[in-house]
Amino acid sequence: MSQASILYDLPGPRAKRRNAILGVVSTAGIIALLAYIGYKFADTGQFEARKWEQFQYASVQRELLGGLWATLKAAGIAAVLALLFGAVFASARLSDKWILRTPGTFVVELFRAIPLLILIFFGYYVPLQYGWSIDKLWALVIGLMLYNGSVLAEIFRAGINAVPYGQTEGAYAIGMRKNQVLRLILLPQAVRSMLPAIVSQLVVLLKDTALGFIITYPELLFVGKQIGGRLPFGLPYVPAYLVVGAMYIAICGALSVLAWWLQKRMGRSRRTAAKVLPAQATGEDAARMV
Amino acid sequence: MRMKRVAAVAMMASLALSAAACGKEGEPTPSAGGTASGAAQSDTCKSSGATFTPKTDAAVAGSPTFDKIKAAGKVSIGVKFDQPNLGYKDAQGKRCGFDIEIAQYVASTLGIDPAKIEYKEIASANRETAIKGGEVDYYVGTYSITDKRKNDISFAGPYFVAGQDLLVRKDETSITGKDSLKGKKVCSATGSTPIQKVRDEGLTEPNNIVEFKTYSECVSQLLDKKVDAVTTDDAILKGYAAQSPSELKVVGQPFSTEKYGIGLPKDDKALRDYVNNQIEASFSNGTWQKIYDGTLGLSGSAGTPPTLERY
Amino acid sequence: MGEFFRVLTDNGQLFVEGFTNTVQLFLIAAVGSLVLGTLLGAMRVSPVPALRAFGATYVNLVRNTPLTLVFAFLVFAVPKLDVNIDYFASATIALTVYTSAFVCEVIRSGVNTVAAGQAEAARALGMTFGQVLTLIVLPQALRAMVPPMMSVFIAMLKNTTIAAGFSVLEAGAIPAYMAERGEPQFAVLLWITIGFLILILPLVALQRFLERKWRVAR
Repeated sequence: MSQASILYDLPGPRAKRRNAILGVVSTAGIIALLAYIGYKFADTGQFEARKWEQFQYASVQRELLGGLWATLKAAGIAAVLALLFGAVFASARLSDKWILRTPGTFVVELFRAIPLLILIFFGYYVPLQYGWSIDKLWALVIGLMLYNGSVLAEIFRAGINAVPYGQTEGAYAIGMRKNQVLRLILLPQAVRSMLPAIVSQLVVLLKDTALGFIITYPELLFVGKQIGGRLPFGLPYVPAYLVVGAMYIAICGALSVLAWWLQKRMGRSRRTAAKVLPAQATGEDAARMV
Repeated sequence: MRMKRVAAVAMMASLALSAAACGKEGEPTPSAGGTASGAAQSDTCKSSGATFTPKTDAAVAGSPTFDKIKAAGKVSIGVKFDQPNLGYKDAQGKRCGFDIEIAQYVASTLGIDPAKIEYKEIASANRETAIKGGEVDYYVGTYSITDKRKNDISFAGPYFVAGQDLLVRKDETSITGKDSLKGKKVCSATGSTPIQKVRDEGLTEPNNIVEFKTYSECVSQLLDKKVDAVTTDDAILKGYAAQSPSELKVVGQPFSTEKYGIGLPKDDKALRDYVNNQIEASFSNGTWQKIYDGTLGLSGSAGTPPTLERY
Repeated sequence: MGEFFRVLTDNGQLFVEGFTNTVQLFLIAAVGSLVLGTLLGAMRVSPVPALRAFGATYVNLVRNTPLTLVFAFLVFAVPKLDVNIDYFASATIALTVYTSAFVCEVIRSGVNTVAAGQAEAARALGMTFGQVLTLIVLPQALRAMVPPMMSVFIAMLKNTTIAAGFSVLEAGAIPAYMAERGEPQFAVLLWITIGFLILILPLVALQRFLERKWRVAR
């Protein structure tokens, strides 16, 4: 609890007593809130068997797994493409030549300023307008790639810039070429400092696949909505969303834990001079939402 | 690091799989009880029992769409998936309903086994673009024939004539028809003809118009009292009312004529003429009636084939 | 080109209405998430373990849930609990619930940037908790918070478009209306992009400026 010590000293006997009272009161408050929500659920029949029994059936579970697979597939393809896109545009932005730097900056700044939903619309409607057929998966993947790729480009750039300049100077001084400096000195250190930020951006990408619902790509949330919309089961939206939400939280949570663990590990390691880019609160945080 | 991530994902996946492994086989059937009790029906798809044998000698001269279908050995058809008795996908992933069977019938006349159909779920607002872009070969799903749409695509049919009506809660007494909608919240699918009509004729105030991607979302909002009426074609509404007659009813005062057609690529006149011929054949040889009686007819209202409108 | 401008002039009212609602949605949700986020942030740095745990749970659950799911839950699931909220309000609540988790994290890490020694020294000088907070910690923490906080709000501005799927007429809903009117989507989407650039670029510039200015100051 290192953050606690910034604002206050170790509590003395009086503060301890006060904190204990506050603790009890707030725990009671939180429990009361949760109990009220639980009561509301029970009162409106959210726990009745009819609303939940769908989930016992293999066919519905297969449906959910199908949705999960569609989500992971879109996220997987988009992640690979976004990493490539990010690497290309980060190197463009880091280039000494303005002819590469300017378009690189333009593309990265532009795609970071457009809402992802609009990018997905571009990917879906525009090819159709000109008579090309496009799979919904690819419309979604293109949108995800452009947006997350631009954000990743910024992460890569920040990672390279985070290596102290003295290292570059030192490398040049011992006669390395530009390529060697980047490959042997900057990248190995930068990658270690960037990993947490990259992983947490990939969590964002995974969550963003849920926007596929708007072009009816059958991802996890879309499947949840279909399961929830079954009238004969009493429109079980509440159970369906709880189940789907738990699935998202489990997967994204696992990735977040990985990011946190990487950050810890990187922080301990002394093999990089670069400051570790925090997973959640860099200046590029904007990106980390949606 | 990458390995760890892969391992974590693999672990999640295997957990999910093992969870799935203990699922009950068979069709989910809601048990009685709860608010909509008695009304509860099985969610399972019921077909009319009509059989569609693929025509072995199907040929449509001068139709690029047909050539594409024939070369691929399969057909991709745009459908609805959330309209009970009309275009529906059940929990098993089985598809059924009046439109689906019409789509299967047409596929069979093109020489394609209904089992080889690739169904694509296209939301109302995206239908023209999907046909124009070739994402689907044809579209069968409560698709009203309008002159505006004919600018983008073409229609075979009509194969069914419906009318715009209102679905309300069972205890609703103040909504008796289209002229009693003022001040009421009215829901329909984004980009659909019915909601355009409500907007154009000012049947209710613009703020009271609610739009969602699908009708089932509107029905959910209706039962939650967030909207007062769902408007669209009576065929669709009756399908919902039949699923939960203790909570829902159809007003029964249709105020439009919606001619359902099969959406086809605009320039493919050869295919359009061919499909028209096949629809006409289904009217006269009893296939149409059999499909209707086994699907929409379950709602209790009788149906007769419409007259084709060739152009 | 003429066609491109016609799309805007013919449908000007729709564009104005859409973007007005976007800005309204943004402003209300920004205030809401600032308040809720600060409250959560305070919980997370408080000396009471129960509050810290609650704050951490909230942040971790919300941050790992897609915003679209939060929206869907509010619009389709919450009414089933006999709670009736209209669509615009649902959208602001969804944005607030989601964004406040990020605001909370910005505040927490902002407070953490202040070296513990500073507060200790202040306490050694006999300052009270209020004085330490207002004179020592906050002035420094705020500087560290403002640029990431702006990033959070820029992201939220873009996130308002998700409300389009939930019956709120904002900028993201314009394409669907335009499809109904048969307008070319490419032109429509370009105009929406321009609209967002007009809203976002000044914010980005301000953020860059503050970031640069305060980076030197420290």
